[in-house]
Amino acid sequence: MSVLVNKNTRLLVQGITGNEGLFHTTQMVAYGTNIVAGVTPGKGGEWVLEGKVPVFDSVKLAAEATGANTSIIFVPARFAADAMFEAADAGIPLIVCITEGVPVQDMMQVRNYLDQKGIRLVGPNCPGLLTPGESKVGIIPGDIAIRGDVGVVSRSGTLTYEVLYAMKNLGMGASTCVGIGGDPINGTNFIDVLEMFEHDPMTEKVIMIGEIGGTDEEKAAEYIASKMTKPVASFIAGQTAPPGKRMGHAGAIIEGGAGTAADKIKALEAAGVRVAKHPEEIPTLLK
Amino acid sequence: MKLHEYQSKQIFSRYGIPIPKGRVAATASEARQIADELGGRVVVKSQVLVGGRGKAGGIKVAKNSIEAEQLATQILAMEIKGLPVRKVLVDEAAAIDQEIYLGITNDRAAKKPVMMASSAGGVDIEEVAATTPEKIIKAHIDPLLGLRDYQSRDIAAFIDLPRDYWREFGRIAKGLWDAYKACDATLAEINPLVITKDKRLVALDGKMLIDDNALFRHPDLAEMRDIDEEAPSETEARKYGLSFIKLDGNIGCMVNGAGLAMTSMDVIKLFGGEPANFLDIGGGAGSDKVAAAMRIILADPNVKAVLYNIFGGITRCDEVARGILAAMDEVKPKVPMVVRLVGTNAEEGRALLADANMITAETLADAAQKAVAAARGA
Repeated sequence: MSVLVNKNTRLLVQGITGNEGLFHTTQMVAYGTNIVAGVTPGKGGEWVLEGKVPVFDSVKLAAEATGANTSIIFVPARFAADAMFEAADAGIPLIVCITEGVPVQDMMQVRNYLDQKGIRLVGPNCPGLLTPGESKVGIIPGDIAIRGDVGVVSRSGTLTYEVLYAMKNLGMGASTCVGIGGDPINGTNFIDVLEMFEHDPMTEKVIMIGEIGGTDEEKAAEYIASKMTKPVASFIAGQTAPPGKRMGHAGAIIEGGAGTAADKIKALEAAGVRVAKHPEEIPTLLK
Repeated sequence: MKLHEYQSKQIFSRYGIPIPKGRVAATASEARQIADELGGRVVVKSQVLVGGRGKAGGIKVAKNSIEAEQLATQILAMEIKGLPVRKVLVDEAAAIDQEIYLGITNDRAAKKPVMMASSAGGVDIEEVAATTPEKIIKAHIDPLLGLRDYQSRDIAAFIDLPRDYWREFGRIAKGLWDAYKACDATLAEINPLVITKDKRLVALDGKMLIDDNALFRHPDLAEMRDIDEEAPSETEARKYGLSFIKLDGNIGCMVNGAGLAMTSMDVIKLFGGEPANFLDIGGGAGSDKVAAAMRIILADPNVKAVLYNIFGGITRCDEVARGILAAMDEVKPKVPMVVRLVGTNAEEGRALLADANMITAETLADAAQKAVAAARGA
């Protein structure tokens, strides 16, 4: 077992014929992910990856023809909200949006619409998911992680790679790694994933990588204190970030004194979470 | 992106929100002319993108146009929180009966916009929220439905607005929502919205923040960006699609990915150094982008060492190495450089840099310690 993605994932790629879409589709297929279809409006009937993956004009057509149960989105930011609505309306139960730079008002509409339909979204502005040895739905380099019993959840991309790599160097593997993304309004949050890890028999320990901005880490700390039995280690990025400045990620901003790294670390430590001083230290806290 | 008061109020006005008559001036004589047109009694307001302008003496009332010219001369010579005043807004002075706060912002936790109002207007709303939160009403707006009329009525009732004003208040609240929505704002604020002695509702001050991610569909708003108000290095970085924030330390940082870039700064600090900047070159950056990033870092005279931390995923370490070499040819840096390359094509990247006289590191902690030591030695 694992969470969200595994061998039963039948993946559809929205924006499959674009540069990024095609590159990462190739990488995901090489990793062993079962990609059943692609969607690019106006290119229905074509095939990509030397005739292995059919392209459809719409998500609905692709899902009907192939039984896709997960969609990953690589379309440009200006089309991303529409792509998420389309996947939701086609009844895809799990949507992973990699696209960075989606306007926040678009995301508020998407999130409220998807919640009404009961559809799970991961992202946007995220590296996606990796269940080592089974399925890669996203852009996390497959060779930096090995299979194991540590669930990893993170708001960041390359920082997550750093942690997976440090784990691998210590012989520590991941059950599933979930990148939830760095935007202020996103789909799946820390608590959602912590709950999945708590109930996942393959996961014994958890690493949570947070950053400045918002209060999701504080809420996660409350959840950990009251509901979790599995040990959690953490790292919070942005201890040196100045207030009022957006640190690359749209969601990484200290506003009105709220969302500082110090507050988050304090809340997590109070919940019994061991917080690392630098990312390479995290796996050692779970040894 | 922050808009100036005068820009925000112009937008509000387009959505039917009453604003005072007035115009913006870059010189004192212009200010005098505008005051003459408005009948003499005016408010001269500095236009800088920071709060606390009033407390800093950047907002003054003039009894006549001669005084307006004098005040404009003073204010245009001021610096407020480090920002020189380049423009003043000259507005007709209003006789105020009551001040109200009305604003819309995004509530991250609720995943919805929230309209906030208070009868305690004209002061910092964050202060009101901290000291007397019971004076603020919050109404969440369904982003799929928009602001409903009953919500405006509820707000008007809560802030004890006399019933005679409810209809007009509803129009203003709707106008503010429409402006917020149409401009992809993350904040649209009227503080204060006043009831004048002659019984009108007028937006005396306005503030808007626009979502940078939405500027692609607002070329008109993108043009309103005041680049005089930001560090030139930040303007230059934006041109190349780099995410850059200048800081006060002496160790320059170039990193791929925002979370890792913040972390690299933190680890520098952990080992006793101070980062000179935040810089995320983004995913898949080519050598030209890397070269631009390096020029921007090295243009800061405080920089005594540079740390390159690249974890190759989509980004290829050999591309980054080529960018570093190209920029070194051009800017001939005199400060020590520490480089750490891991991931996609790291071997090739390291080989390219073998003769470049750079300090190499295996781990982030190692790299940060070497950068701190190098900055001290320089």
